[in-house]
Amino acid sequence: MQSSLSLSLSPHTSLTIPRPNQSSFAPSAKPINLRFCGLRREALGYFSPLLTRRVQLNPITARRRSAADLVVSAALSGGNGSPPKSFDYDLLIIGAGVGGHGAALHAVEKGLKTGIIEGDVVGGTCVNRGCVPSKALLAVSGRMRELQSEHHLKALGLQVSAAGYDRQGVADHANNLASKIRNNLTNSMKAIGVDILTGVGTILGPQKMKVGSDKVVTAQNIIIATGSVPFVPKGIEVDGKTVITSDHALKLESVPDWIAIVGSGYIGLEFSDVYTALGSEVTFIEALDQLMPGFDPEIGKLAQRVLINPRKIDYHTGVFATKITPAKDGKPVIIELIDAKTKEPKDTLEVDAALIATGRAPFTQGLGLENVNVATQRGFVPVDERMRVIDANGNLVPHLFCIGDANGKMMLAHAASAQGISVVEQVTGRDHVLNHLSIPAACFTHPEISMVGLTEPQAREKAEKEGFEVSIAKTSFKANTKALAENEGEGLAKLIYRPDNGEILGVHIFGLHAADLIHEASNAIALGTRIQDIKLAVHAHPTLSEVLDELFKSAKVKAQVSSPVSEPVAV
Amino acid sequence: MASPFLSRAPLSNTNTNFTSISFSSSLSNSLPFRSSFSTFPSKRRTLTVRSKIREIFMPALSSTMTEGKIVSWIKSEGDILSKGESVVVVESDKADMDVETFYDGILAAIVVPEGDSAPVGAPIGLLAETEDEIAEAKAKAKAASSSNSTSPPPTSSPAPAISQPQPPPSKPVSDSPRKTVATPFAKKLAKQHKVNIESVVGTGPFGRITPADIEAAAGIIPSKSIKIKSNVESAPPPPPKSAASSAAPPPIPGSTVVPFTTMQSAVSKNMLESLSVPTFRVGYPVTTDALGALYEKVKPKGVTMTAILAKAAAMALAQHPVVNATCTDGKGFTYNANINIAVAVAIDGGLITPVLQDADKLDLYLLSQKWKELLKKARAKQLQPNEYNSGTFTLSNLGMFGVDRFDAILPPGQGAIMAVGASKPTVVADADGYFSVKSKMLVNVTADHRIIYGADLAAFLQTFSKIVENPESLTL
Repeated sequence: MQSSLSLSLSPHTSLTIPRPNQSSFAPSAKPINLRFCGLRREALGYFSPLLTRRVQLNPITARRRSAADLVVSAALSGGNGSPPKSFDYDLLIIGAGVGGHGAALHAVEKGLKTGIIEGDVVGGTCVNRGCVPSKALLAVSGRMRELQSEHHLKALGLQVSAAGYDRQGVADHANNLASKIRNNLTNSMKAIGVDILTGVGTILGPQKMKVGSDKVVTAQNIIIATGSVPFVPKGIEVDGKTVITSDHALKLESVPDWIAIVGSGYIGLEFSDVYTALGSEVTFIEALDQLMPGFDPEIGKLAQRVLINPRKIDYHTGVFATKITPAKDGKPVIIELIDAKTKEPKDTLEVDAALIATGRAPFTQGLGLENVNVATQRGFVPVDERMRVIDANGNLVPHLFCIGDANGKMMLAHAASAQGISVVEQVTGRDHVLNHLSIPAACFTHPEISMVGLTEPQAREKAEKEGFEVSIAKTSFKANTKALAENEGEGLAKLIYRPDNGEILGVHIFGLHAADLIHEASNAIALGTRIQDIKLAVHAHPTLSEVLDELFKSAKVKAQVSSPVSEPVAV
Repeated sequence: MASPFLSRAPLSNTNTNFTSISFSSSLSNSLPFRSSFSTFPSKRRTLTVRSKIREIFMPALSSTMTEGKIVSWIKSEGDILSKGESVVVVESDKADMDVETFYDGILAAIVVPEGDSAPVGAPIGLLAETEDEIAEAKAKAKAASSSNSTSPPPTSSPAPAISQPQPPPSKPVSDSPRKTVATPFAKKLAKQHKVNIESVVGTGPFGRITPADIEAAAGIIPSKSIKIKSNVESAPPPPPKSAASSAAPPPIPGSTVVPFTTMQSAVSKNMLESLSVPTFRVGYPVTTDALGALYEKVKPKGVTMTAILAKAAAMALAQHPVVNATCTDGKGFTYNANINIAVAVAIDGGLITPVLQDADKLDLYLLSQKWKELLKKARAKQLQPNEYNSGTFTLSNLGMFGVDRFDAILPPGQGAIMAVGASKPTVVADADGYFSVKSKMLVNVTADHRIIYGADLAAFLQTFSKIVENPESLTL
């Protein structure tokens, strides 16, 4: 669409163009006034407070205009006889992380004039301080593990003399990857005409933002996508050297001999994989009674057997770290533990470093939410199931959305992106509610863990409440040819489903390339595909995907195949 | 784009939104059960309930299993069991396994509740043959337990919360008045080798107990994982550390069995490989008076003898490239573009060969500096692979021990290795019959005869000898 526009347009002229993407609209042959300030929704007699769609601005003009011109053009358009509400942007996104990026790309595809505000660096947490650099470190740790596993190599008939690594080289790899992805992200937005406004964004009022210290921009719709920062519980003193968060750890400025990791969720687990591969010993500190809370218990238990027990890791569960003092004056890092239930002092640990991986806190301070009467809850912006922001009185704030970590619904980069796309769908006239149960999650240890949907206890609870039956099917990687060829037979895939209608409630995988395997299941959930149908789909042999094939085939569903017999296709 | 940074919301530390299974409630019950049942079997026998009531034992599910945890009881008390049926799921160090009953009967009582652990061989449940015996068993059990203690009978649901704080089983170290700090791996090793960690004195930072301390206490040669491939000639066998051995009994009294360290296995492998190469040796006496004088002169500038010898060898190699070549699988040979002199060094009872790369191109001072860096790295075990496996020619010097001549084994992948003996004053007669005393050292080169022949080696040695005898060129 972009290309057709730029081919035919010259600035400040009117032209006719069939409106794409919207069959519900008046005859597509009807001319649409694309004059600079034209308001198509009125011209077409189409109005909905939430599903408003504004005229597409000439992208060439849009791109050429500098940010400083924006205020002027807004003023001009106001004096041009147009209605008072006229906006610099159709959609303005606060925060150029993965969520904002996903929303921006989709918005441009839908023909919205889009701006994105970034007060720091493009890419946000994921690209600069999260999933991206951590994948670089994990790629290294995976190889180190392989090269160090004499037993494993021997079984493959390989001989490798002992492996070593250069810390700075590893750190550089992570850093280079982050900057490469950051550039890709920036370029992908620039290339399609998204305005990147640099400066801290503040909400001044409805549909009005301040960027930096003085620039004011208006937008039909605003998406808050400000993300999150590492959460550090009180009592813990982070010095960035010996007591660190993931932000510091990803720079890999040191590889301590012994590091305590507070929190055994995704972040902690991934770092334990990195540190133990590079030669550190690790002590986990977990507030709950078991490690890896949040994972399906069965998967968690197996993962513990593979990822924790045989490695140089020990753990303290059911304890809080109330006080962590960085190493100084010739003393090690000191961690004071109390019992999570009785609150009584339990133990004191002396280690070389501590990584705080207790989760992430929303980054919403200074956003000016008070100007639209929104009160955050523990920092999170309250939203409804359509990501519409809810104000202090429980009413929806028109034209204001919040996606990603800032709303806390599901703190995953790709969830933020999916939420952003959902918002864009809504503001361009198509109602859309994102099914969060179809969003997969992955932990990139060696081997990987991935999941989508409900865990077994969650499914059983739901089943009891709603009165249906739950069945479990499991397959092992040990039976998979490809996994055995790689000599990586350790692993399990687990399917939680309804035997009556074949609905997939959850899939959990622990094993080689689990993170890549989960998408067959997540897509099935997103599209509502039932087991009796998907089990007839064909998988290439021999591939790891057959683990899921086996899994679906081993499920016992009472319902019959629902898809009609397709037309024969000649080969 | 998948992110690991997900929804551990900040308050997860306070346990908000996770549907995790907690074993803690059942754990707290373990004490009373244990205490009542440790005395139970003997009591029962005296109470004439005979073999009709059988015990279900904690099975040994693997050779390394010492205790098992009850994951779940598949059968409940009062259920009728038939031989071969699964009764209970037990978690060992390796896996969860269903445990079957060997007898028909009725599950009369569960002794070890779900979530609790029991040592291998301990009774975890009671099996009765008939229903009458259940009541009997329970009654006896009750009587026995009530006469013994006030703890609740094992049949009660896990209701009574014991307020007595009990460390969770996962807690690796019991609190003790003397604070012992041991690293996670040290604790694992201690458990594995049955070392009482309290009796070990820590030598790590802040007095902590390291894995090496445990290995020493267990009488194992510390598996120093020196990440090094040793391109090495004959290794002086490291004297086995005879620590107080509490490990497996030696085959012959007094002797010690020591598994190879990584480095030792690498050496061993290379040595065996070297047997497939047809080698020969040529010796050459070299007069070293001039060399000694030069050494005295440059020593204050930080030049080492190793650097001088490496430089001399490199310069000679530059004139005899065949000696710097590598035989490729008996099908041909490669002239190496660089002259990289590997120098054998004994470190920590092991043997490594740091490599002076491009030794012919660097001057003596740079070479010496580089050598010192390499040595430092080698001691810190920080040598990069290309710093120990890129050699094209090896130099081994045992002169400092007073060795006058020796024979080196050719490392795989190289054409030749030079063994340097000590420089000694020797009485020399010249052509005119005059005697004089000169310093001489014997140099013995071992070479791969597939590519290097006697004349090649002799010519190379002659060049080397000339360089050493007129060492001015070394300092250029």
